[in-house]
Amino acid sequence: MPTAEPPSAPPRVHRIALAGNPNVGKTTIFNLLTGLRQKVGNYSGVTVEKKVGRLAGTAHVEVIDLPGTYSLNPKSLDEQVAYDVLIGRMDGEAAPDVVVCVADATNLERNLYLATQLLDLGLPVVLVLNMMDEAEASGLTIDVDALQERLGVPVIPMAAVTQEGLDALRAVLLEGPPAPPDPTQRPWTLMPPVATAVERLEAALRTHAPDLPDDARFFEALRTLTNDTALDAWEARAPDYHAAVQDERATLEEQNVPYRQAEVMGRYQFLSPLAAQVVEKQSEADDETLSDRIDAVVTHRVAGPVLFLGVLLLIFQAVFSWATPAMDAIEWGVGALGLFAAQVLPDGFVQSLVVDGVIAGVGNVIVFLPQILLLFFFLGLMEDTGYMARTAFIMDRIMRKVGLSGGSVVPLLSSFACAIPGIMAARTLDSHRDRVITIMVAPLMSCSARLPVYTLFIAAFIPAGQVLGVIGYQGLAMFSMYLLGIVMAFAAAWVIKRFVFQGPSSYFVMELPPYRRPRLKQVFWRMTERTKVFVVRAGKIIFGLSIVLWFLASYPKAEAPEATANQRAAAAQYAQALDSLAAAHDVPVAALDDPAALPEPAEQAAARVEARYEMRQAAAEQAAASYQIRNSFIGLLGRGLEPVMAPLGFDWKLSAGIISAFAAREVIIATLATIYSVGETDEGSVDLQQALKADVDPETGEPVYTTLVALSLLVFFVLALQCMSTLAIARRELNSWFWPAVMWGYMTGLAYLFSLIVYQGGQLFGFG
Amino acid sequence: MTLDDLSPGQQGTVTGFTSDDPPPRILEMGLLPGTTVTVVRLAPMGDPIDLKVRGYHLSIRRQEARQIEVDPT
Repeated sequence: MPTAEPPSAPPRVHRIALAGNPNVGKTTIFNLLTGLRQKVGNYSGVTVEKKVGRLAGTAHVEVIDLPGTYSLNPKSLDEQVAYDVLIGRMDGEAAPDVVVCVADATNLERNLYLATQLLDLGLPVVLVLNMMDEAEASGLTIDVDALQERLGVPVIPMAAVTQEGLDALRAVLLEGPPAPPDPTQRPWTLMPPVATAVERLEAALRTHAPDLPDDARFFEALRTLTNDTALDAWEARAPDYHAAVQDERATLEEQNVPYRQAEVMGRYQFLSPLAAQVVEKQSEADDETLSDRIDAVVTHRVAGPVLFLGVLLLIFQAVFSWATPAMDAIEWGVGALGLFAAQVLPDGFVQSLVVDGVIAGVGNVIVFLPQILLLFFFLGLMEDTGYMARTAFIMDRIMRKVGLSGGSVVPLLSSFACAIPGIMAARTLDSHRDRVITIMVAPLMSCSARLPVYTLFIAAFIPAGQVLGVIGYQGLAMFSMYLLGIVMAFAAAWVIKRFVFQGPSSYFVMELPPYRRPRLKQVFWRMTERTKVFVVRAGKIIFGLSIVLWFLASYPKAEAPEATANQRAAAAQYAQALDSLAAAHDVPVAALDDPAALPEPAEQAAARVEARYEMRQAAAEQAAASYQIRNSFIGLLGRGLEPVMAPLGFDWKLSAGIISAFAAREVIIATLATIYSVGETDEGSVDLQQALKADVDPETGEPVYTTLVALSLLVFFVLALQCMSTLAIARRELNSWFWPAVMWGYMTGLAYLFSLIVYQGGQLFGFG
Repeated sequence: MTLDDLSPGQQGTVTGFTSDDPPPRILEMGLLPGTTVTVVRLAPMGDPIDLKVRGYHLSIRRQEARQIEVDPT
């Protein structure tokens, strides 16, 4: 019986860390434990996407979801972060009270490798065997009691998808931490010559580094023996110890002992017989599983790449066409809200700010939510089914040719949603070179923030017809933009690899997880979670910038002298016309307010006068508004930049939009919406597409924006790095401003160059 | 004989590595001396290769496979 604690004592478990290999359902278990009440880190801290939640039903038991790792021997950043959290070296937070190690029951042996490393840390461990249902279905029986006895930790069989075993896990966690394993009683052993060498080094450490704690000595000795980076740190700290390690290495090398592999071999030599003991297979033969049969098609020499291209095409077609009804609905809603606000609020400063600034600006970005949701949905589906890993498998050969690796496919595909998660996903790449190159080219993938810009300009300026009656011109244009980004990313990667990083290429070691039926709940949850991050980020930036932009477009107040004079003249003429009309029909002027009461000829005359007046008044207002924007701060900025941008076909309005878009791409929509809706004084919101198409040069009467201008702008947006968050995240991930600076420079240079080629080339051939 | 010499469907046992310092990730994923490994298939362009090892699928490049010595069974 455990001794009863006084009732005031806090629960003994305060922090629980979830560790495990990728693809073992760790996140599902995290969601179950926390009941979705969780905080996904906003990229603060060092580099890790930190997910923390509160254990459901408790007041303050914290659950931390560590990044999925195969090992704790830090090679990749994910492993470094997981290790630092576990030993209490991350963010000044203490080590967790208990570690839940999630293992895939269908693949026990390799999953337990991480478990043996966790046991060595001396922290209390609970082992969860997830996917027991799948293991049973494939004819595997696991002796849970035997496993528990051999490892000396609680083992809980689970099937997270059906929530089986969840109560048992909660009960164990709430009971308090199980007894921690004794780190000196490791269940695995090193091969004898290495074990003796490590023992001698432990003694050396006691002499040369007396401050090192007793239980840290074994691993420090082993790590310095097998890992060059770990050894280098000792050159300055204790040269005598450094020399001792080198002596041991020389001796082992003389005896041909593969000492660098000793630790891993020791662990597997313990695990192989253990797995054989506790796992019982119904049939010894390696049956061809459903997963194998799917792979025969998905990774087939011909069918595989064709299928991959098909999937990409389907996603883009879906994002462009399926989202339309929802986008129309949102557009209508934003318009209605603008009209409503215009009616409710009194005319003047506040109305203009709310209607033209906030509603028009934010509304024009909210419109693109359906597309972003769809994109995130498809990416989630690919991850959840296991198809994402196959794309890396299929693409590795091509990717390697340009200096990337199959492992870059996932970060680059994620960058189609947003470069920020894409750049962060590059953390799983072991090789520094692959990682730098992947990060450098990831922003060339067309992210969801570009989608609004593409959509707007394609819908407005690319004809709606179809090629061969199947693929729409607009869909094709959209696909071309994505393709341009991909091609340029490959070219940039090749150049960086060719001229910056020389030397041997990296290695590629990747698990191909079994295909699984996607758990739609998970996919939907992740889709909304990611969209939320996008909306909050975009929302914050765009809300603030909308207000700033409205101010920049509305001030300084400029009154066009001509327009004001015209307006006055029109008013005077109107009054005069009314007077003479009243005199001609012998009625008081006031009676003209109710034309229906007048005799017929007078009624028609009054209507004509009224119509003429309204027309002149509107023209004068339009001229005044146009003058206002031209002379506002943003107009001045845009006009200042116009000489530089004119060769690309951009007028001052697009230039102003591009300036604002360097904070974040989608802001150009808000800028243009503000410019055009400030110009349209009598309407709450504005259909930006129509406004862009209807904009004519006041002198020539020609449309301001042609298809060629639109193409040039699209190309500019494909290539330019207009996103402060991307620069910030690249700086954090690579820990230097050098690469982000290069990134910004080369992308903006490419954008200018290619837009120049498109516009000047197009004009040369007589387009536009 | 190294692992990249095996054709799809062939099985072998790892006997060692051609270099003193094989990529640690390969070891951690369970490809060690004594491990039984099957080449399942090749990627569309012949590289990387899909292996079955310790009951799961692992994909490595030919370049890594060349560093792994095997005895075909």
